Amino acid sequence: MSDAMSVHPEVVTTHDVHHDEHHVHHHKETFITKYVFSQDHKTIGKQFLITGIIWAIIGGLFSVLFRLQLGYPDQHFQILETVFGKWAEGGQIKPEFYYALVTMHGTVLVFFVLTAGLSGTFANILIPLQLGARDMASPFLNMLSYWFFFLASVIMLSSLFISTGPAASGWTVYPPLSALGQASEGSKLGMDMWLVSMAMFIVSSLLGGLNYISTILNMRTKGMSMTRMPLTIWAMFFTAVLGVLSFPVLLSGAILLLFDRNLGTSFYLSDIVVNGQILPNEGGSAILFQHLFWFLGHPEVYIILLPAMGMVSEILSVNSRKPIFGYMAMLGSLFAICILAFLVWAHHMFVTGLNPLLGSIFVLLTLLIAVPSAIKVFNWLTTLWRGNIRFTPATLFAIGFVSLFISGGLTGIFLGNSTIDIHLHDTMFVVAHFHIVMGVASFFGMLAGVYHWFPKMFGRYLNSTLGYIHFWVTIIGAYLIFWPMHYQGLAGMPRRYLDKSSWVSFTQFGELDKMITVVSIIVFAVQLMFVFNFFYSIFKGRKVTTQNPWGANTLEWTTPIRPGHGNWEGEIPEVHRWPYDYGKDGREFIPQTEPIGENESKH
Amino acid sequence: MDIVSNQQKKRIHPHKFTLWVAIGSIVMMFAGLTSAFIVKSNQTGWKTVDVPKVFWASTAVIVLSSITLQMALRSFKQREMNRYRSLIGITVLLGIAFVVLQWLGFQDLWQQKITFKGSGAGQFLYVIFGLHSLHVLGGIIALIIMFIKAFAGRIKLYSAVPVEVMATYWHFVDLLWIYLLVFFLVIG
Repeated sequence: MSDAMSVHPEVVTTHDVHHDEHHVHHHKETFITKYVFSQDHKTIGKQFLITGIIWAIIGGLFSVLFRLQLGYPDQHFQILETVFGKWAEGGQIKPEFYYALVTMHGTVLVFFVLTAGLSGTFANILIPLQLGARDMASPFLNMLSYWFFFLASVIMLSSLFISTGPAASGWTVYPPLSALGQASEGSKLGMDMWLVSMAMFIVSSLLGGLNYISTILNMRTKGMSMTRMPLTIWAMFFTAVLGVLSFPVLLSGAILLLFDRNLGTSFYLSDIVVNGQILPNEGGSAILFQHLFWFLGHPEVYIILLPAMGMVSEILSVNSRKPIFGYMAMLGSLFAICILAFLVWAHHMFVTGLNPLLGSIFVLLTLLIAVPSAIKVFNWLTTLWRGNIRFTPATLFAIGFVSLFISGGLTGIFLGNSTIDIHLHDTMFVVAHFHIVMGVASFFGMLAGVYHWFPKMFGRYLNSTLGYIHFWVTIIGAYLIFWPMHYQGLAGMPRRYLDKSSWVSFTQFGELDKMITVVSIIVFAVQLMFVFNFFYSIFKGRKVTTQNPWGANTLEWTTPIRPGHGNWEGEIPEVHRWPYDYGKDGREFIPQTEPIGENESKH
Repeated sequence: MDIVSNQQKKRIHPHKFTLWVAIGSIVMMFAGLTSAFIVKSNQTGWKTVDVPKVFWASTAVIVLSSITLQMALRSFKQREMNRYRSLIGITVLLGIAFVVLQWLGFQDLWQQKITFKGSGAGQFLYVIFGLHSLHVLGGIIALIIMFIKAFAGRIKLYSAVPVEVMATYWHFVDLLWIYLLVFFLVIG
């Protein structure tokens, strides 16, 4: 070893030198290298965000369409036929269309919006800025990560326009339905495109995740020890670890499914009759796919949730002008959630004939997640407690996140019990649970992040008045939409059915479903208002005039208002303290870059 | 010995670290597949497979290629660029030979009437060995790029990091192959 060292002393080159080189080079940028094939982490983050917004509009629109069907199963909306042609003959959504809509809504929101759009955006923007790095460990891989996501997006988007339609076997694409083209329209070409698109997506998130992990572990500025990192970074770190370890398993499952679909293998197929035709496949196991899928699928919900948790911690602390309560407890609970996320996947499979003993082990592990979750909720509430709270739109969304996380988390305790799950499985109760706790809550975390870091991203503010309207309509709307679904589910109303009017027992919910549909349309319209606010403010918003508009401690606010590639113009600042010194020793906030004073009290 | 003090500052190079994380990720993918194999092998109707003898030859080839790449790394560090170039070239050829031998192994199996029909060890073998070969192919492409750079580069490169990253990856696919072969010999 020392032999190699003495021959090549440049091996010990530190990363600072490495990146100063980057810094010098960046004046040669053209439009293409600056905005399209950019290797600047901030631009890549914005690319993820804007692509995510476009997907969110598409995915949200799909939910409005199938809510129309659920709320008004007997109505004829002529405009639907005008727009969608044979998919909505006579103005009514056809079953194939309904299933395609539901599938794409799930796929788009879970993967393209709340994975790529959320952690892709904020991990890219915040990790180098809050750690004091000039860019990611590998800016090139980072750029590839976005373009693989873009490729995945193009493939998924084009699958919407083929004559047999996109995948339609649910976002979980369980075989045998997803494996057999003759079983449904959506299992034809659309399903292959889904699988290829997801393979590209997995490559994208692996490249991103690798970069996030090695940047966090290797590129921190001087003095930035692991326990001086903001909780956002810790959350992004655990998110990346989850992604890097679980997405490859989904890829394995997807590859086997591609073989079953196109090459005649029977990994998942056995003893099947479709339309009176007996298939030759033997010996496969459909449950195998569920194991492979949920080994990713469960960590995936934490991949969605953890970044939101991290950003909410940061935003609540900054805006209540108080240190985060229980930093180490927050960190420990993130770690615990990360470990447990890998050990609970079979709670999605309680009704597959799982061995009850095994089931009870998964019940225990699932309920254990309540402990770190409760610690986090307690810490958020105690951070807010007696704080000098500034109710910016970001704060409101962060508080909204905590509220939704509590409401949705509590119903998780119901579903995590295998006995109750037998009654509740595949009912609207499940829909209500995961939308509140994972979907809407993470969305709130993401929106909080957008409102909070918009000034850093674009040098302008989002309009606050529109922000307040956005918040109140969305939070009230979210509860009006999803709360009643718990009652539907408890009454046994199944999810995935497009028309329940032939069951007498569910006719009592007819008006309720109408209400939910109307509220969904209103909430969707308000999201469009946010999109308007977003794009309008990029160009016309109120300008940021100070470096540190929120009075925050973290390093991103020590950069110029519109930082170039390389982030800091001079040297990278050195860090002397943790990021949560708010309201300390009579001072409102003490940035991380300030050395510890002589008479300073300990936090 | 002024290097000793520098060495304390030395952290693992970010690119090397990234590679280790990527290796963890690839391991998870094959762990997913081999555990699927184990789950399936306990079910009724499972058909085992005799691993064709060609795969022993390919094992020898890939182990040899690991050795040549390690020697290439050594020559690079000693700035013996001619030996480095020829060793990289040999490694590329051995890598290609490995993939060809894998292909011959597949053909051997196919002639034994083990096709894609069914869901026994044979079908898993095609998928798992095939995916492994894809990883080797990726490595070959990277090696070819390095080979070309060793001739065409206008700027002299002194940092051994890219070669070290390449070598680590290559040894990893080598070890992965040995694991997969042993797995199929023992459980398949």
